[in-house]
Amino acid sequence: MILVQQLILGLLVGGLYGLAAAGLSLTFGVLRVLNVAHGELLMLGGYLTFWLFALWQVDPFVSLLGVAPAMFACGLVLYLALFQFVIKADEDLRIRNSLLIGFGLTLVLHASAIHFWTADERSVTTQYAGGVIRMGAFVIPVLRMSSLVLAFMLLLALHLFLSRTRWGRAIRATAEDWEAAALMGIPVGRAYMLAFALGTALAGVAGGLVSISYSISPSIGLEWTLKALIVIVLSGLGSLFGSFAGGLVLGLAEAMSVVFLGGPYRIVVGLIIFLIVLVVRPQGLFGARP
Amino acid sequence: MLEVENLQVAYGELPALHDVSLAIRPGEMVALVGPNGAGKSTLLKTVAGLVKPRLGKIRWEDQPIDAVAPQRIVERGIALVPEGRRLFASMTVMENLELGAFTRRAQIEKDAQLERMFTIFPRLFERRDQRAGSLSGGEQQMLALGRALMGLPRLLMLDEPSLGLAPKIVESIFAILGDLSRAGMALLIVEQNVHTVLSLAQRAYILENGRIAGAGESKALLDDDHIRSAYLGPLAQKRGKG
Repeated sequence: MILVQQLILGLLVGGLYGLAAAGLSLTFGVLRVLNVAHGELLMLGGYLTFWLFALWQVDPFVSLLGVAPAMFACGLVLYLALFQFVIKADEDLRIRNSLLIGFGLTLVLHASAIHFWTADERSVTTQYAGGVIRMGAFVIPVLRMSSLVLAFMLLLALHLFLSRTRWGRAIRATAEDWEAAALMGIPVGRAYMLAFALGTALAGVAGGLVSISYSISPSIGLEWTLKALIVIVLSGLGSLFGSFAGGLVLGLAEAMSVVFLGGPYRIVVGLIIFLIVLVVRPQGLFGARP
Repeated sequence: MLEVENLQVAYGELPALHDVSLAIRPGEMVALVGPNGAGKSTLLKTVAGLVKPRLGKIRWEDQPIDAVAPQRIVERGIALVPEGRRLFASMTVMENLELGAFTRRAQIEKDAQLERMFTIFPRLFERRDQRAGSLSGGEQQMLALGRALMGLPRLLMLDEPSLGLAPKIVESIFAILGDLSRAGMALLIVEQNVHTVLSLAQRAYILENGRIAGAGESKALLDDDHIRSAYLGPLAQKRGKG
């Protein structure tokens, strides 16, 4: 059945939606700063992966080991150069400033990507690219399956970091109440910086997986920022696995819309979900905040 | 040990503290009393580094700390149990306690100190895996106190520790504070419950409208007519001395 096949594909892409959302959820949840350039950072990670493959034939899954730290470093730089100043304002000014700075960053990254890699679509096509697993009448592309598994494992690792380590706890505490965190001796600025860099690294890896399993172009930034936002609203802040599940739900919803409404309405479905959730249950399906 | 000199603090345009000076010597328990809105919380927050003074100096163990970031002040040995406790409600009792020992200095002693906390607060041990937000008021105050102690402070500041708590719980908390004081810790306690805190603390300061309106030995203040009428209520006045 076409529906089941589409649902399978929807689930596979949903994992990447979840990964992208988790990164944004981390930065937004901890810093209360909305980095609208999150999708562009994802795109940057995708292009780094593509570059390593195109220039030096590095296997993309292997190159992620380099892309992740590179994007982490990129996050550190962006925080120190831009977002640490946004933090200094109080909460409503913060959101507005972050939107402004985020949009500026979007333009810079978008234009740079066009300059370095042209506006063409790119994807990483390895020798094993076309492989599929057959389950009865249905087909599961191997690359997309591996991407899903990798995305899940990354979130698991992040979850363990946040729940079992000293700095992980410090980040969670800072997200909940930064003044109380400071009273514990936690250097709040450094906690913010760490959270931002981790969020950026997650975006970069998600981008790498997108370049492997789908394709990238300088314009995918906005689309992925929107996906991440929709998933965050859908699942609520505060739970990484909630973000992952929310991503899967979005993927499934899009798949269903493709089958019943046709391809062009795919993106609309996500936005409709966004609006419905905000009206009916603003804290999201798994939201921690009422 | 702690010297506050001519402190001037304002929130934007709003003046909060004016020309405030006080001192705390090692091992002393000092109370800070006064009406609501006098600036008592502001004073504690300024010493803790959350608020920066416009004028004046704060010295701790002979080092200036008025321009130091709050996390460094914790490293130097001052802890604040803030008003309303400010626990990390979504995290467990154990996690809150572990967070109290974030500084490198406290990390070394973490396991030993955790054991000590669980001995002093057995209820916290029972509830160690429960969300802090699900604890009762008294348990939350104990957790807040335990969390602050995990940082191994030499000066412990408390902002309204008895707020909203039943008298029996207040008794046990002050008993613990008394033990800490006898063990050599310096304490600065802001309290509405003037009678209780003055019966334990050696000295007290009175803060009214952002200024120090009085200071002295607790016994003398308990006998003072102005204090009694302002803070101890008509019953204490009728009772006469003591």
